[in-house]
Amino acid sequence: MLLEPIEDQAFLRDTTAKFLADAAPPQVLRTLRDDEAGFDEAYWRQGVELGWTSLLVSEEAGGGSVSGDGLVDLSLIAHEFGAAAAPGPLAPNAVVAGALARSGGHDEVVAGVLSGGTLVSWAIDEDAHNVAAMPRLFRFRIEGTELVLDGTKRLVESANRSDYLLVTGVTPGGITQVLVATDAAGIEIRPMHTVDLTRRFSVVTFNNVRVPLDAVVGSIDTAAEAVKLQRRQAIVIANAESVGAMQRAFDLTLEWTFDRYSFGRSLASYQAIKHRMASMKMWLEASHAIADDAAAAVAADSPRAEKLVRAAAAYIGEYGSELMQECVRFHGGIGVTYEHDLHLYLRRHTLNRALHGTPAQHRRRVAVELDLESAVS
Amino acid sequence: MSTESMAPVSNTDTLDDLDEFRRRAKEFLRAEVGPARASLTAGLRKLGTDEDDLREVAHDRALQRTFFDAGFAGITVPVEFGGQGLTRAHQLVLNEELEGYDYPVRLQVPTMTPCMAVLLEFGTEQQKLTHIPAILRGEELWMQFLSEPSGGSDVAGALMSAVRDGDEWVLNGSKVWTTGAWWSDWGLCLARTNWDVPKHRGLSVFIFPIDAAGIEIQRIEMLNGNMDFCQEYLDDVRVPDSDRVGGVDDGWTVGTRWMFHERMSSNSPFVTRPQELERSSLDGAALRRIARDGGISGTDAAQELVGEGEMLTLVGSALGRRVGQGMRTGTLSDQSAAIARLYGGLSLVRRNTIALELAGSAGAAWSDDDGELALRGEDFLMRQASCIGGGTTEMASNVIAERVLGMPRERALDRDVAFRDVPRGPAPEEN
Ligand SMILES: Cc1cc2nc3c(=O)[nH]c(=O)nc-3n(C[C@H](O)[C@H](O)[C@H](O)COP(=O)(O)OP(=O)(O)OC[C@H]3O[C@@H](n4cnc5c(N)ncnc54)[C@H](O)[C@@H]3O)c2cc1C
Repeated sequence: MLLEPIEDQAFLRDTTAKFLADAAPPQVLRTLRDDEAGFDEAYWRQGVELGWTSLLVSEEAGGGSVSGDGLVDLSLIAHEFGAAAAPGPLAPNAVVAGALARSGGHDEVVAGVLSGGTLVSWAIDEDAHNVAAMPRLFRFRIEGTELVLDGTKRLVESANRSDYLLVTGVTPGGITQVLVATDAAGIEIRPMHTVDLTRRFSVVTFNNVRVPLDAVVGSIDTAAEAVKLQRRQAIVIANAESVGAMQRAFDLTLEWTFDRYSFGRSLASYQAIKHRMASMKMWLEASHAIADDAAAAVAADSPRAEKLVRAAAAYIGEYGSELMQECVRFHGGIGVTYEHDLHLYLRRHTLNRALHGTPAQHRRRVAVELDLESAVS
Repeated sequence: MSTESMAPVSNTDTLDDLDEFRRRAKEFLRAEVGPARASLTAGLRKLGTDEDDLREVAHDRALQRTFFDAGFAGITVPVEFGGQGLTRAHQLVLNEELEGYDYPVRLQVPTMTPCMAVLLEFGTEQQKLTHIPAILRGEELWMQFLSEPSGGSDVAGALMSAVRDGDEWVLNGSKVWTTGAWWSDWGLCLARTNWDVPKHRGLSVFIFPIDAAGIEIQRIEMLNGNMDFCQEYLDDVRVPDSDRVGGVDDGWTVGTRWMFHERMSSNSPFVTRPQELERSSLDGAALRRIARDGGISGTDAAQELVGEGEMLTLVGSALGRRVGQGMRTGTLSDQSAAIARLYGGLSLVRRNTIALELAGSAGAAWSDDDGELALRGEDFLMRQASCIGGGTTEMASNVIAERVLGMPRERALDRDVAFRDVPRGPAPEEN
């Protein structure tokens, strides 16, 4: 996370941190495991008032950022989300609100998301082994003044609670996105199992779902760039969350090494432990650094954005898992209990590690970006 | 040239000033400095004969002089010592603009830092006036006489002895692992001046020309054939007291700053080198060239390794900037330089492994027309050097744990014991 946030950013971060500490402490997270909804409506509305969904929306459209870089501001909130393993569909709502506002034409939905009264999500991914690719199988048929949706999307976050889904699909001339109400006829939502206690994902099947052409977001065939940006923003948010979770787990573990004694001295006094903590501190600071670099590059739409955001996801995914599980190990037996808080952060990190592609997939994308760079230069 | 003529146009750190500085730097580099030499990234490889090495050193000295004459040497060094009296921001601008250009690589570490940095901090006025302008003009290459055969990590356990004789000190002992001592001019040396106090309280720091009477330099061959490593034997070397740096027996005060400057060399305000230097040494692009010359660049396995190498490089450069920013602004402790040091050592080890993997059987044997596949096996043999030189990664881990995270210090059996009584090897076996 930014070493030197400006005052307004620090305020934004601190208010979210404080709110989450009060509203979503670990004991509450545990009770949410068996709650189908995953989060409470009042909680979400209050969070939204703190700016959770407005940062990627321009001021004209009712949003606004505190620093001028909404994505960087949002990454500070996401960091706190990770540090608290907080419930709620932050990424889909913030990203979809931004996408709708940019394309124009869905003002009411945007206003609803900005007030917390409307919940949205996105439906991009299609199969377990090719997440983070452009849609391949999901086709939109154009019939007169209607689009017809047939097919299946996976990993649709909070689909069970959402009012609308931004659905990405293939049209004859390219990629298209449409906004579909979840109560439209022909939509079937099946819950998935997930490693996180409070995040909820579904498989959504569209059986001959018909929407008017004006449900298209932007214009037909032209959404590829918008989808890319949404994906990058989502990865930035996931990275920031993961680093937040790593920071919390690291802090808990460092404290523990001082408090836990064995053979008459603290764990913290053993070099074997000290050196592993030093490595973890290195992974942690490196993760902060690359997450911030990637967030800034995506916010500025830099030509290096894709490479940096993938490098960040690959590094944080891989080394963050090492950090998290060393934390579990250093806690000994208590580290693998449901009772201890550590797993809340391990869960959040593990979810994010896999959600938009694995570290290996991201590394290959980094190499592809390198190839593109050298083809240009 | 008088130091006055070196006065900067302005030393206010305004944006305009930085823009103007950038413009001048671009112009200078384009007009007077050539493209990067291949040897800049060769590291500790053996490249040619001794004559080739000496030619490279001479080239570096001349290049340093070119930077100096154009007003681009010692950017943050005070004007009175021949520097530019500008800010760290100016140095960063120059380093950014240097990408792709040649630069005086052998004059940077250890000459500019830690040696010059230590002189600036602890040297007498006379020492600074004598040596710093000469360093900036490329006339003096400095080396660290720190490590000894008896131990490098335990720096304060130095056995090199200095005994006072009137206005002079007489030095005896041996220093080792000094890279490039055979082609260098001056040494910064830690020596023991008092054996009757605990180790940290009996040290002093001296400077001397490496060709002084009584110094014998022996070159050491590294396992890859490189001959830059040296051992020096000092036999009654006489150093005037005016060449002592810092107080008598107070050498550890100098020593801790010395090692601080060494650890933060990649973030030093005194070092001129391309900002993204990490990039040029086995970054993703270099690894891709290896994959390409091996004919495997299209495979998933190769792409994954190339991507990993680039990832590690990008993270290293982000981390370096974060640690630099944190130390500058006080948001991270000064000791955080050890975090970047640890990362740098481990990352280069991994990138060398990737290079070996991508080289395939050329890692075992190669021919001259194997392009980028050549020498990967040999580099791999040396890959631990990045975890040893400049202090080992274990020492960096100790610093992070103890100084950054505040974990308990290792128990030292030599604390509060007169150094003369400290065990320096296994106890003799009783039989
Ligand atoms: C490429 C290169 C260039 C160098 N250039 C110079 C130079 O210019 N000038 C100079 O003076 N020196 C130089 N050195 C020497 C270098 O600083 C030392 O090699 C290094 O400090 C290690 O010291 P040592 O070799 O005596 O190993 P030792 O101190 O004997 O250590 C041996 C091993 O034990 C570990 N160890 C030691 N103490 C501890 C501890 N307390 N906790 C945990 N592990 C420990 C070390 O990490 C290491 O793995 C260079 C070395 C290299 C490889």
